[in-house]
Amino acid sequence: MAEYAIELRNVSKHFGPVVAVDHVTLSIRDGEFFSLLGPSGCGKTTTLRLIAGFELPTGGEIYIGGQLQGETPPYRRPVNTVFQNYALFPHMTVYENVAFGLEMRRVPKDEIQRRVREALEMVRLPGMENRRPNQLSGGQQQRVALARALVNRPKVLLLDEPLGALDLKLRKAMQLELKALQERVGITFVYVTHDQEEALTMSDRIAVMNEGRVLQVGTPEEIYERPTCRFVADFIGETNFLSGRVKERRPKEVVVLVDGSVEVLVAADREVGVGDEVTIAIRPERISLHAKPPDPRALPGRVEERIYVGTDIRYLVRLTEQTVLSVRQQNPGTDAMIRFSPGDTVYLHWRLPSARLLTE
Amino acid sequence: MAERPRARRETVRLLFLIAPSLFWLLVFFLFPLLLVFAISFGQRGTYGGVRWDLTLENYVRFFDPLYLRIFGRTFSIALTTTFLCLLIGYPLAYFIATRPARWRNGLVLLLMIPFWTNFLIRTYAWLLILRDQGVINTFWTGPLHEFLVQIATALPLPLWEILLRATSQPLHLFGTDGAIIVGLVYGWLPDMVLPCYAAIERLDFSLVEAAQDLYANRFRSFTRVILPLTMPGIIAGSILVFIPSLGAYVTPDLLGGAKSIMLGNVIYSQFMSARDYPFGSAISFVLMAVMLVGTLVYFRMGAE
Ligand SMILES: Nc1ncnc2c1ncn2[C@@H]1O[C@H](COP(=O)(O)OP(=O)(O)OP(=O)(O)O)[C@@H](O)[C@H]1O
Ligand SMILES: [Mg+2]
Repeated sequence: MAEYAIELRNVSKHFGPVVAVDHVTLSIRDGEFFSLLGPSGCGKTTTLRLIAGFELPTGGEIYIGGQLQGETPPYRRPVNTVFQNYALFPHMTVYENVAFGLEMRRVPKDEIQRRVREALEMVRLPGMENRRPNQLSGGQQQRVALARALVNRPKVLLLDEPLGALDLKLRKAMQLELKALQERVGITFVYVTHDQEEALTMSDRIAVMNEGRVLQVGTPEEIYERPTCRFVADFIGETNFLSGRVKERRPKEVVVLVDGSVEVLVAADREVGVGDEVTIAIRPERISLHAKPPDPRALPGRVEERIYVGTDIRYLVRLTEQTVLSVRQQNPGTDAMIRFSPGDTVYLHWRLPSARLLTE
Repeated sequence: MAERPRARRETVRLLFLIAPSLFWLLVFFLFPLLLVFAISFGQRGTYGGVRWDLTLENYVRFFDPLYLRIFGRTFSIALTTTFLCLLIGYPLAYFIATRPARWRNGLVLLLMIPFWTNFLIRTYAWLLILRDQGVINTFWTGPLHEFLVQIATALPLPLWEILLRATSQPLHLFGTDGAIIVGLVYGWLPDMVLPCYAAIERLDFSLVEAAQDLYANRFRSFTRVILPLTMPGIIAGSILVFIPSLGAYVTPDLLGGAKSIMLGNVIYSQFMSARDYPFGSAISFVLMAVMLVGTLVYFRMGAE
């Protein structure tokens, strides 16, 4: 068995002047739940279609199970796709839909029967064999599409926003179910989504894409905790950005002068020189507010707004002329919590590793 | 109780609204049809006209081998025409429907432009192409023959002998069933292309990708997905071609010459030269019955 289920080496795809995929290099491990995450139009679907063979790359190489794909047509690639709109055959029953791939590979009749029944049980959809796709709900159609792909026991399953058309509740339930299913069958999943929460909860690893390029690949925790660029920090969750100039370098820390007026200390986890323009990223839930400075590092600010979000209380705190920070405090629902009001002076504090130094 | 008059008023209003079309259908369609149906049971008057001694004789007469043979030929010409139209029309429709959207309307228009010319004139043009002194034969016995003569003198081979003999006289294209079929295929091709085009254009091509993703090669994704899903277009097109071909009159009249005639020509001559209205009516009704049964069977087949 090859080390990687799928490898993309410097893969590009141009549609005339449009660069849909731009020098993408990815290695997806066997049995991994791998997500492609990015905003609309960033090239996720195109990347998936390149792997499936519906499009041919204009540059670079694609390997599936260690085999160079070249111009191999889709029907000879050991992958199956769950399409965004499901693409169930409307003129066939559920049974015929699920049996289609096995039939095309000339699997014996009785084996087809057994495997189709198994697949339908696996997606918890038994007894629907004779229905037509238009007699099923969206969630049921989704399961049929999944069964139709899984029944072939592909090396890799490609899923293009498979839950996109479902309502929020069903979506959450299906997320857990899909993840459990993937762990059970052990098939490599390449999962396209633009929903960061979905990607974070389901994936072993995530590739964040923008404008055809892969910006960062890592586990959900790495992506969330240690974004390497401003786009990733901004796209995954909510982030405050402070821009400034490096004032001083110490062995383990860097002092940044934000907006020319406030000194902020960050861990020196990347090479910067004095005078460099940098950005500091800090998550709203990592900032705490205090009436008195808890630490000499704490920064004074003024509360501008308080927003009740249910689980949280969100404050907008002005740090400088140019910068307002968003701060989230959990709402414990008791009077124990100190509430600040607009106009109050507060002290902002966070643990040193919570702030990330970003260049660009 | 107050509901009643209002419902009645609604009915009256509705009747009033559909009256013009109802009137039209009754006067110009149903009434003549019933008249023809009635006449088909009458007998030919001595000096033309109809004698109202009711009889089934006209229908019995249709089963004369002479007419049955013409019926058989008519049926097979219509069937061949439909089949050829499908063979040419479906790939053409597929080609147009898979071009980029901005080209499609233009291509459909190109397909339609020749049909703005009168049907009679277009059929007549085929006569000029197919007849013994026509375009094809001018080339056949002219440049082609001379070319072969030159090759034969430069490179003597027994093969040339056969070809030289063939091109020394015109091909008899005109006045054959083949000529009629060419004319009919040409005439009714758009009626096949348009419904097929509509069906193919509506087809969701992600289904074809799904089939290919599930190991179906191009041929199998065509037979298992594209063909069944565009079947309504094929059926509509086939009916639209088959029915007018079965009742064709102008095309066999112009291109079939004296030898190749179809049922439409028989009906015409019964009314116009033989003045046997009852027999002409009976043939018309048999033809109509065949069309009706054929259409129903075909629809039923498509529904499966
Ligand atoms: N067949 C095509 N012809 C021309 N341009 C295309 C084609 N397919 C995709 N593109 C372009 O390539 C870019 C990437 O498209 P892609 O469908 O991969 O985005 P995506 O990340 O899947 O977006 P979404 O989340 O909206 O589905 C877009 O700018 C799109 O317009
Ligand atoms: Mg997409």
